Amino acid sequence: MEEHLVDWSRAQFALTAIYHWLFVPLTLGLGFIIAIMETIYVKTGDEFWKKTTKFWMTLFAINFAIGVATGIIMEFEFGTNWANYSWFVGDIFGAPLAVEGILAFFMESTFFAVMFFGWDKVSKGFHLLSTWLVAVGSNLSALWILVANAWMQYPTGMKFNPDTVRNEMENFWDVIFSPVAISKFLHTISSGYIVASLFVVGISAWYLLKKREIEFAKKSIIVGASFGLITSIFITITGDESAHQVALKQPVKLAAMEGLYEGKIDAGIVGIGVLNPKKTLTNDKETFLFELEAPYTLSFLAYHDIHAFVPGLKDLVYGNETYNIESAQRKMEKGKIAINALKEYKKAKRENNVENIQKYEKILIKNMKYFGYGHLKNPEDIVPPIPLTFYTFHLMVALGAWFLFLFALLLFFTLKRDILNYKWLLIVTVASIPLGYIASEAGWIVAEVGRQPWAIQDLMPVGVAVTDISTSNVKTTFFMFAFLFTALLIAEIKIMIGQIKIGPEGGH
Amino acid sequence: MFEELTLLQLQQFWWIIISLLGGLFGFIMFVQGGQTLLGRVAKGDETYKTMLINSLGRKWELGFTTLVLFGGALFAAFPLFYSTSFGGAYWVWMAILFCFIIQAVSYEYRKKPNNFLGQKVYETFLFINGSLGVILLGVAIATFFSGSAFSVDENNFSHWHTSIRGLEALSSIFNLSLGFALFFLVRILGALYFINNIDNETIRKRAIKSIKIDMPIFLVFFLLFLSLLFTKTGFAYDENLKIYMQEYKYLINFLEMPFVLGMFIIGILMVVIAVFLTIHFNKTCCIKTGGLGVVLTVMALFLNVGFNNTSYYPSSFDLQSSLTIINSSGSHYTLTVMSYVSLMVPFVLAYIFYAWMQMDKVKITKEEIEDPHTHTY
Repeated sequence: MEEHLVDWSRAQFALTAIYHWLFVPLTLGLGFIIAIMETIYVKTGDEFWKKTTKFWMTLFAINFAIGVATGIIMEFEFGTNWANYSWFVGDIFGAPLAVEGILAFFMESTFFAVMFFGWDKVSKGFHLLSTWLVAVGSNLSALWILVANAWMQYPTGMKFNPDTVRNEMENFWDVIFSPVAISKFLHTISSGYIVASLFVVGISAWYLLKKREIEFAKKSIIVGASFGLITSIFITITGDESAHQVALKQPVKLAAMEGLYEGKIDAGIVGIGVLNPKKTLTNDKETFLFELEAPYTLSFLAYHDIHAFVPGLKDLVYGNETYNIESAQRKMEKGKIAINALKEYKKAKRENNVENIQKYEKILIKNMKYFGYGHLKNPEDIVPPIPLTFYTFHLMVALGAWFLFLFALLLFFTLKRDILNYKWLLIVTVASIPLGYIASEAGWIVAEVGRQPWAIQDLMPVGVAVTDISTSNVKTTFFMFAFLFTALLIAEIKIMIGQIKIGPEGGH
Repeated sequence: MFEELTLLQLQQFWWIIISLLGGLFGFIMFVQGGQTLLGRVAKGDETYKTMLINSLGRKWELGFTTLVLFGGALFAAFPLFYSTSFGGAYWVWMAILFCFIIQAVSYEYRKKPNNFLGQKVYETFLFINGSLGVILLGVAIATFFSGSAFSVDENNFSHWHTSIRGLEALSSIFNLSLGFALFFLVRILGALYFINNIDNETIRKRAIKSIKIDMPIFLVFFLLFLSLLFTKTGFAYDENLKIYMQEYKYLINFLEMPFVLGMFIIGILMVVIAVFLTIHFNKTCCIKTGGLGVVLTVMALFLNVGFNNTSYYPSSFDLQSSLTIINSSGSHYTLTVMSYVSLMVPFVLAYIFYAWMQMDKVKITKEEIEDPHTHTY
């Protein structure tokens, strides 16, 4: 395996995922907002709502196209860049991807055509149904891919088969109803709804600043802010549950999210903090140069008990006997035993040595949950990049709180005052459009960077998951993707701005 | 129901589904074919070109979706193929993906103001997708018969043994013959689709003319592919799953599986009949006949290479690393679960068919395209 291959493979996947996620959240949320608007049109027969629906649909389509373009590559990148991973867990991981294709993508693509081109070709009812189905289809698609991602974070419902050297599914329901999958799905789609709500209120605020499309903009703000406010409340609940699941299933990630080196009881959440760059696992320097902590909150968030012990990075790396936490070193030893047992098992199989087959199978089963640790070089390898995980997590939380406040403000000033007179609020609302994207991307960075070095938690580190390929190939495609996606993103933004400037009157 | 099936039966069932998806993808590539005909049929007339693009634009996503599903189904049902082929023939698949990425935005962005790259570039993207994308796909599928340079180790991790990672497939006449045959076939389908979907006499005439040009060329490449295929020594395996070379393997497969041979012949005949009726009797509905013919033909080719003790992804580097439906599939449990999911496929096909019927009741006309209140590409 060439040096830096893993880094480049990860960089390429990160690039693709980050670009793809620039477009998906808007699709997830705007689909429903449009469906709500069209429902109002069908119910009232008011042409204003038809025009409004069509305008937002135009923006939806611009975004949808590039979302599809960046999405196709992701499915195949599991094979192209992570071939060993694809075999090792393909028996479980492939299923949700296939289900996504059958149940979600066809629904989206079929009814997308009706939604855009069927206005005067199909009945009002069928058209409305199509619009709803596009929204449902895109969210169904998110469900299945998030089930797959959640399984990587918390592998469940499978067993290892030493004959095929892979994990095989044992219980489909465990995979799709895993608590991590449920919380991840709800948390992620609600972040998409917030992005879409911010997009709608932000663009509407821009019209109001320009004194254009007054009625259209105000009504769009009411729909967008209502949707956003409800979702913002919901996302705090799903966020809490997500963090709880992280605490239970990925304690190292939680410790990195909070910059928690030393485990403690009555642990608090750092509301605002600046990490000390000189702090390492092995020195006793202060973790923060500056911090504001809310006492007991982390213990409660993690374990729903204000006095619970929250393990820190040192406990998790070097072990803590008091709290029965095994060291990474010990896990690595057990992992190596598992890897060796697999080797011996295969040898015994070749020799048809029944006694050894049984012996090594037992050893393997006993140590299998540490299998991935056997590939690590140092105990410290289990720690993800702390600053990136910490700052992105706190940025996401802070922005989430801001969005809740903003939607409440917007609703109040639109319904109880004349929002046109509050220019500062309109400017802030426009400025908040990119913040939604930043928060959503930050959430993914927390989820994915925070679980390093694992491709599959505890079972397979990224170094083993990667395709056996020369680094230059991956580098080349990385820059090709970077160039292509950037060009398409520029095109998308320019077209989007162009359409917004034209406005609903010119929209079709 | 599916639980009672043996692993082999499930593997066979899933290979049938993969073959069906391959066939459906072959049919839906009329979109790609149509994209390469824009110049020939529109002849520089902007309105005609917009009509053609809008006609295709209402279907392009289904092709995309079918490709994704094809990948997903292979991942779930035959994960060793997925890891070996995608991780190994890296550049071929990357090139194919690039061709599809650029298609996805081209319809929506082509005529939008401030589209950054300009209309011509997006139209070029469509042409690249319809030509290079299709030829590469044909070449990739041809390697199912001709083999690739990979090996699979005892952990079932695969390794590729050429530095150009799959591009070597382009040096084979056999592979290229299928690639070009597919390219001209989808152009024929594209023309049949235009004839059916657009209510315009000029476009109809030009589409018929293009079929007259493309059909003989298609036949040359297709017959070349068939003659090479039927005289080819193929990759077979015995009852111990040991791979060996067998003369005339793919011809023998057809002869030993008359049902598949029947599908293949009927499929080809349907395409020929569709072309004949369109050219000589001005029929406008032959995309259905031709499309079904393509589904049957492609499906039969997949069944030929997957069944009858044949390695569907052979290794020219290490014979015993060759993949068969037996040694590369998912587990019994996963295939069972996926089989239940596959019961949704008829339902999905039904609503696609219904939506298409609803949309295509009214043909695309010049007036619709020129209406400023219509959403057009």
